[in-house]
Amino acid sequence: MGDRSNSIRVKVSRGDDRGRHFDEFDVPALESQTVLDVVTWIQRNADPSLSYRFACRVGMCGSCAMTVNGKPRWTCRTHVSKVLQGDTLTIEPLRNLPVVKDLATDMSEFFDKWTSAESRFVPTKTREDAIEIVQPATKERIEADAAIECINCGVCYASCDAVELNPDYLGPAALNRAWTLQNDVRDGGKNSRLRAVTGEGGCQNCHSQQGCVQHCPNTLNPTRSIAGLKRLATRAVFKREL
Amino acid sequence: MLSIRLYFLQRLSALIMAPLVILHLGVMIYAIQGGLSSEEILGRTQGSLFWAVVYGLFVASVSVHGAIGLRSIAYEWGRIRGFSLSLLSWGFCLLTFFLGGRAVYAVVFA
Repeated sequence: MGDRSNSIRVKVSRGDDRGRHFDEFDVPALESQTVLDVVTWIQRNADPSLSYRFACRVGMCGSCAMTVNGKPRWTCRTHVSKVLQGDTLTIEPLRNLPVVKDLATDMSEFFDKWTSAESRFVPTKTREDAIEIVQPATKERIEADAAIECINCGVCYASCDAVELNPDYLGPAALNRAWTLQNDVRDGGKNSRLRAVTGEGGCQNCHSQQGCVQHCPNTLNPTRSIAGLKRLATRAVFKREL
Repeated sequence: MLSIRLYFLQRLSALIMAPLVILHLGVMIYAIQGGLSSEEILGRTQGSLFWAVVYGLFVASVSVHGAIGLRSIAYEWGRIRGFSLSLLSWGFCLLTFFLGGRAVYAVVFA
């Protein structure tokens, strides 16, 4: 472990939606260096005014997602050696979200859509009732478990062309979460949620291009979840429930 | 832009079109073996209720399916919204239905 005795040329997007440009930095190359290490080095050693967001540094919180060499990634779990193009690294904020400053995006719309999709658990029992036993081998629970590990990093949202072209579209993360709840036997909000995810910007706007599947750092498959919602919606239209 | 009912209609029309396209291609490939003139084609289609239903259903499905698809493209790529979007979708639907319907009428009834 030690210096590779060379440096990385890093182009960093600066500014906000009113005007953006690239600043270039030479950052010392180290073994096992992550893209987040590079951004942190720049802020601590070259330009303290650089704005970016991170928290856990170990791929648990979903705060540090940025666009690295054109692709959305968790910067804390992306080794520079895996993504370097020549000796250059280009770092930009996540796509499809307003830029607050430099590499920090405003995630409000992402979470607002999460709320619009009614992606919250609706309890059906009180503290007086016995705890419901959820059997892990049931079809519903297997479906929910396959999609449950989302940490709201916004990578899928940034990689989605349907979000880019249709501002009303709820996006992969919110719909993926809704799918887990539609498969939760304890949840009491299924009918209302199905109406929410089939409204104006609902699941039917997904073109199944699978950019979300390609880029999800947790290897989830939101397209599959959205296809599940489309099946539920189609059945509901047949039964005249929608 | 794309309501769940339009989504449903587009899938339903695709479901109808798929076997009809296979039937159309299959009959076309089978029928032209050894050559086939326009007179022979018209001889088989004229007055045939079966072909009227097959192609009538196909034209109706195409006009619905195509118009909904065009609606999505116009919204997402053309940034067309509101009344203009509905006008375009309905216009395309009716135009396709009219042109296709005219062709079906010509080979079956005229």
